[in-house]
Amino acid sequence: MTLRLFFIIGLGFFLGCSNDDAVSNYQPTPQPLEIPQIFSENIIGPVIPSDNPQTVEGVALGKRLFFDRILSSNNTQSCASCHAPQNSFTDNTPTSVGVDGVFGTRNSMPLFNLAWNYEERFAWDGKELSLERQAEEPVQNPIELHNNWEDVIERLQNHPEYPELFRLAFNTTTITKTLTTKAIAQFERTLISANSKFDRYSLGQTNLTAQELNGLDIFLREDKGDCFHCHGNPNNPLWTDNDFHNNGLDATFSDFGLGAVTGDPNDNGKFRSPSLRNLAFTAPYMHDGRFATLDEVINFYSEGLQDSPTIDPLMKQIEQGGVQLSAQEKADLKAFLLSLSDPSFVNNSDFQN
Amino acid sequence: MKRLFIYTMLSIFFWSCNSDDPSEAPKVSTTFKFIHDWDGALIRDYNFGPIQYTTANGDLISFERFRYVISDITFTKANGEQIELDVYNLVDLTTETNMEYTPETRITPGDYSSVSFTFGLDNEDNAENYLDLNSANFNVPDMLGGGYHYMQFDGKFINSNMMEQGFNYHAIRAVDNSGANPSFPQDTFFTIDLGAITITNDVEFEVNVNIAEWFKTPNLWDLNVYNQMLMPNSTAQILMYENGQDAFSLGNVLQ
Repeated sequence: MTLRLFFIIGLGFFLGCSNDDAVSNYQPTPQPLEIPQIFSENIIGPVIPSDNPQTVEGVALGKRLFFDRILSSNNTQSCASCHAPQNSFTDNTPTSVGVDGVFGTRNSMPLFNLAWNYEERFAWDGKELSLERQAEEPVQNPIELHNNWEDVIERLQNHPEYPELFRLAFNTTTITKTLTTKAIAQFERTLISANSKFDRYSLGQTNLTAQELNGLDIFLREDKGDCFHCHGNPNNPLWTDNDFHNNGLDATFSDFGLGAVTGDPNDNGKFRSPSLRNLAFTAPYMHDGRFATLDEVINFYSEGLQDSPTIDPLMKQIEQGGVQLSAQEKADLKAFLLSLSDPSFVNNSDFQN
Repeated sequence: MKRLFIYTMLSIFFWSCNSDDPSEAPKVSTTFKFIHDWDGALIRDYNFGPIQYTTANGDLISFERFRYVISDITFTKANGEQIELDVYNLVDLTTETNMEYTPETRITPGDYSSVSFTFGLDNEDNAENYLDLNSANFNVPDMLGGGYHYMQFDGKFINSNMMEQGFNYHAIRAVDNSGANPSFPQDTFFTIDLGAITITNDVEFEVNVNIAEWFKTPNLWDLNVYNQMLMPNSTAQILMYENGQDAFSLGNVLQ
């Protein structure tokens, strides 16, 4: 009798365990970032939060959320509305229009190589201290998606498919803001651009034209463009320092940039250096999209600098308006800059809706 | 019999542990803590921004960015034996990162006739590809000799027209003939000798860096003459090399 009782209890225990294990043993499939050769040979590895590892299911969920208008109050816009793949995940207007037809004050930032922003200060003014936290903001911004997270979570929770997609990605069907932004961040970290003509030149796979090489020389020469102190160099293929500078756009500021975030007047007018990759797809330029073309940008650095108390000391010949490039030098510099664009990135099928 | 054997083995073990050979002494860690001042006034990151320091030449200046690399920490014994650590550290006062550096290699306590390190990178190290320095955007373009900055000091000064103007006191390997075939007139990295010390335990060296010295001796630095575009200027680089030698000194030693 005792033996039979033990047997029954034991059987019940194992059956119970097998049911629970079916749930608790499930793990999403790891999907580490594929580090491009030009990165692994030159710069330190990407920043992946320990509490949000990349997984196949997490990235897939993040991609779906990124393109889904369910995040906006009136179901008219998604992240991709202002961060379109064909524009290297920015848009083509100076500032972006939100769900209510209101334009913001900043140019939408292109999205690529985000995992290599080592200080993890995102947005033009550095106010977002991680990619996950950045993803929270546009949803609730009244001139962007103009929603609130409670409503977003309720919609996702009541959706016929999302609870299962969250279970696959995070092992729970209980949807939260934290998990939603984690998934979006996972997708965003997969947006890696490292296949420009210049990348292939650096790897010995192609040659640059004489004009592009001249442009590189101007870019690197301290007595010419001197672009490299803020925008990287062939050994730093991010083509940005991801740091904050006042590059002399204005004599007075209507937008304080980093200064509004830190409260330090010495930071007024400072904005994050954008990467020079993919300029062919990201016009207009600057934090407010004031320059429609790359020619206008180069003209600005050559002759259009405005002095102000916080202008970066790396800016030169301010009293003359800039570095005074000749027409030929400008053309060469532009040719080099365009060699940093990566058509395979904007056409990557993994990044399309 | 078995007990006797165990006692014998234990005795041998303890006798070996009691050896007086100093080379068997436990090794200790060394930490280098970099403290910056302007002729005695402590400088921290929060002092950056306003124009408030006066150089020996009378130029009023501010700090925007100040970072430099030190390398090849070397411990020399009286008999000439050297322990050279093939390491480097990018000190960044702008963000107060890497202000303390503890090499992984521990050293044997004892009397050292010299503790020293290199300001910048010697030519061999400067030819390496350092992923962290690349990531910090500390490179020198190939046409200027390649490698890395030794120091990047950016700020502003009041020029002779009483206008604020930027300066870029960037120390690199002095180079002539910028371009495809640059040449190098002389080395501009240098050794900083902190002097003799007896190390008895884990030790922390305070390295005082008087930034005013970069403008003072032996060359009185006139920012109206040397302010920007100094990387391709070998004359300016050699002046920096000469002025930097007195900028570093040993402060407190804690052990």
